[in-house]
Amino acid sequence: MAGLATTFGSGAMTNPIYEITEEAELMLLIGTNATEAHPIIGYKMRQAARNGAKMIVCDPRRIDLVDEADYWLQIKPGTDIPLLNGLMHIIIKEGLEDKQFIAERTENYEELKAVVENYPPEKVSEMTGVSVEDLYAVARLYATTDKAMIFYTLGITEHICGTRNVMSIANLAMLTGHLGRPGTGVCPMRGQNNVQGACDMGALPNVYPGYQAVTNPDIQQKFEKAWGKELPNKVGLKIPEMFEAAHEGKVKAMYILGENPVLTDPNANHIKAALEHLDFLVVQELFLTETAEFADVVLPAASFAECNGTFTNTERRVQRVRQAIEPIPGQPNWITICQMATRMGYPMSYEHPSEIWDEMSSLAPSMAGVNYDRLEKSSLQWPCPTVEHPGTPFLHSGKFTRGLGLFQPADHVPPAEMPDKEYPFLLSTGRILYHYNVTTPYSPGIASVWDKELAEFHPLDAEKLGLKEDSKVKITSRRGEVISAVKITERVQPGMIWMSFHYAETPTNELTSDGLDPITGTGEYKVAAVKVEKL
Amino acid sequence: MDRVKLTINGKEVEAPAGSTILQAAEMAGIEIPRLCYDPHLSSLGACRLCVVEVKGNRLLPASCVTPVTNGMEVETETDAVVQARKTILELLVANHPLDCMTCDKMGACKLADYCYKYEVKDSPFVGERHHYPLDDSNPFIIRDMNKCILCGACVRACEEMTGQDNLSYLYRGFDRKATTAADVPYIESDCVFCGQCVAVCPTGALVEKSMSGKARRWDIDRVRTTCPFCGTGCNFDLAVKDGKVIGVLSTPEAPVNGQMLCVKGRFGWDFIYNEKRLTAPLIKKNGQFVEASWDEAYDLIAEKFNAIRDQYGPDSFAALSSARCTNEENYLVQKLTRAHMGSNNVDHCART
Ligand code: SF4
Ligand code: SF4
Ligand code: SF4
Ligand code: FES
Repeated sequence: MAGLATTFGSGAMTNPIYEITEEAELMLLIGTNATEAHPIIGYKMRQAARNGAKMIVCDPRRIDLVDEADYWLQIKPGTDIPLLNGLMHIIIKEGLEDKQFIAERTENYEELKAVVENYPPEKVSEMTGVSVEDLYAVARLYATTDKAMIFYTLGITEHICGTRNVMSIANLAMLTGHLGRPGTGVCPMRGQNNVQGACDMGALPNVYPGYQAVTNPDIQQKFEKAWGKELPNKVGLKIPEMFEAAHEGKVKAMYILGENPVLTDPNANHIKAALEHLDFLVVQELFLTETAEFADVVLPAASFAECNGTFTNTERRVQRVRQAIEPIPGQPNWITICQMATRMGYPMSYEHPSEIWDEMSSLAPSMAGVNYDRLEKSSLQWPCPTVEHPGTPFLHSGKFTRGLGLFQPADHVPPAEMPDKEYPFLLSTGRILYHYNVTTPYSPGIASVWDKELAEFHPLDAEKLGLKEDSKVKITSRRGEVISAVKITERVQPGMIWMSFHYAETPTNELTSDGLDPITGTGEYKVAAVKVEKL
Repeated sequence: MDRVKLTINGKEVEAPAGSTILQAAEMAGIEIPRLCYDPHLSSLGACRLCVVEVKGNRLLPASCVTPVTNGMEVETETDAVVQARKTILELLVANHPLDCMTCDKMGACKLADYCYKYEVKDSPFVGERHHYPLDDSNPFIIRDMNKCILCGACVRACEEMTGQDNLSYLYRGFDRKATTAADVPYIESDCVFCGQCVAVCPTGALVEKSMSGKARRWDIDRVRTTCPFCGTGCNFDLAVKDGKVIGVLSTPEAPVNGQMLCVKGRFGWDFIYNEKRLTAPLIKKNGQFVEASWDEAYDLIAEKFNAIRDQYGPDSFAALSSARCTNEENYLVQKLTRAHMGSNNVDHCART
């Protein structure tokens, strides 16, 4: 979320989910297949569209919500920035920008203006594949609709230019004053259940809980006092850097809780080699996953049904997770972590997860007003600084978290790898409804119906390659190869293949590119050049 | 908003203009029986169980579709009303398999509840009965169309909540059916298995397969929790019987999603009983995992992690925390990494 954090001062979704059906007059969806990745949000978008809200879908693939949309901008993969710059170009040329908002609440506008000046509609149409007519129509519609919300997910962030994509989205919203009010905003939808919470809790190399910088000496002191230890003031390693450092022998030991990077990280082979290189690896997991196989010690984990605690959803809503059954490994995860720490010589002891929360919230001002007693009555959206505070459904009312909103213009960055003679197809990846990264394939019910990867091919390509429904193909990139079954559909463009990354038998991420966003270190899962062989 | 004044059962009641009698009654704490009405769906006015007497009106209007007007005088349980409700229930029961003693919905079946309330035991109407085959060809939902009372809640839920438009009414008269296009089993239809239809069905016509034969509704403990799958943060209740989760039940009280869920949230929970779940710590010895005690595992971890830190420095350690785990677990992992190992090398898998 580096993009929004620099622009607004907070990386979180600005507006709440309920505004989709209760407030929004327009929804602009960029690179988000909501009905599959965030189904309930997607269903609400569909409800809103059917009740008269306008919908614009920007996606190379014909996702389901295209059926509800007023405009479908079928952009070429990886051309989000030119599209967004092109829309801003038109808005400025036609004088549709929100002059007052720009003057009072933002900075660096002149630089934005200079950059988007270079994206006239004709050129943008050429780059993105969207007609000039549609560019004008969408630019005017978004700029002139009072309550317009923008949504995006991995489709926009899992690119080499992910952070720049996000900044461009933020630019568009600021340019038109679509922030700080109900029914407006910039809404990144978090993939997994507790991505937001993991960030909020400081499971990040640069911040403590509540986004307090590890490099700030006052903050450091506060945590040193609370935790009774001297603390490092140097920013730590991001995931890709950790694995890089493991390769180089600099990182020698790792502890991995509940993640399966071998299956979910782009460029899986690189990850495997890094794990192999470690001196000592501890994995705490529900199952003996592809990653756990590399461990020296595996600790059995308890599932959500076996633990008390909280998750924080994509709209910053803290909600209770309640233990329903006895933990299958015999104890909940928080106890395991405490016992492990204690054995290592750093005693941790709590009676109940509520005490862990209380310790955390006493150190993180933005969550100081949230506690288990209040959560018993209702969920709460942070910022919530005091126990009297009702929580904050939408952010940046009157003022951005960082003060002024910062325009951060971006130029087009072509994907790290494009199709060529040898690897003529463009592979794009995403989530499918029935699975969620790594856990759902372990659901016998779900697995019995959706049991294997189906790579999507356009009928024209299928014909060229002699493929039928369910044919087997070998798909090869510069990094690896996988076998998959085929689904023929006009959802994808000719020349494009679309796959998910849910199945261990077809580890799609062995194919994806190791181009990394230089700012967040997020892998380019979305685009890779591949070739196809019929089997 | 304009307010309308009326009396219900002799009690003075105020309600916003545009409310229905049923809603106005509810606000005044008077519950009017209903089968097809669901506050989260459009009103159909199909079952007529919600009829009431309105002074000056010869007919008994259906309260779920009749708006309130100023000075209206409403009675909700007069003899005429009760008689009408009895007749409606008797007609429904005439064509309903009365296998309530083995029905999974018992305890949450509105038809049975209202038959109890109005003392309908069986039916004076002898009618033809349906003999539809059971649709249990999918892993999630059992459909017994013999128990369908054509309230249309499933049709509306599919269209108005999920927007999947997978259900509609087919055929006429006695053969009328709320079903999929071309009347195929769910598994062959465009169904996305969100289960919204199951959540709103007032009878045993649609039930969760995982709970079938496992428990009557009154034996189930409901534990409210948050979905472990995507970032939407839906809430639902885990249905627990004898210390085991047997299913998921959605609830209108869920702040984000209300009654709505997706296939993962409603039916994906069974991963918790996957036979591949790990139950004890494993230590790799000569390339093979062998089961170990917690103590052994902690000893080895403590020895290795501490030794590596002492020999190569704090930054030779890195922790990957989890976007799937709770806030509290994440807090502990970063605390351990920073305070004990002395490194800020902590991250989680989906920072995007
Ligand atoms: S299946 Fe259930 S919800 Fe649908 S019409 Fe029949 S009784 Fe009503
Ligand atoms: S499960 Fe969902 S999609 Fe399928 S019929 Fe029921 S409401 Fe419609
Ligand atoms: S029920 Fe579906 S939409 Fe809701 S949180 Fe779970 S996975 Fe996401
Ligand atoms: S509840 Fe009013 S007609 Fe069915």
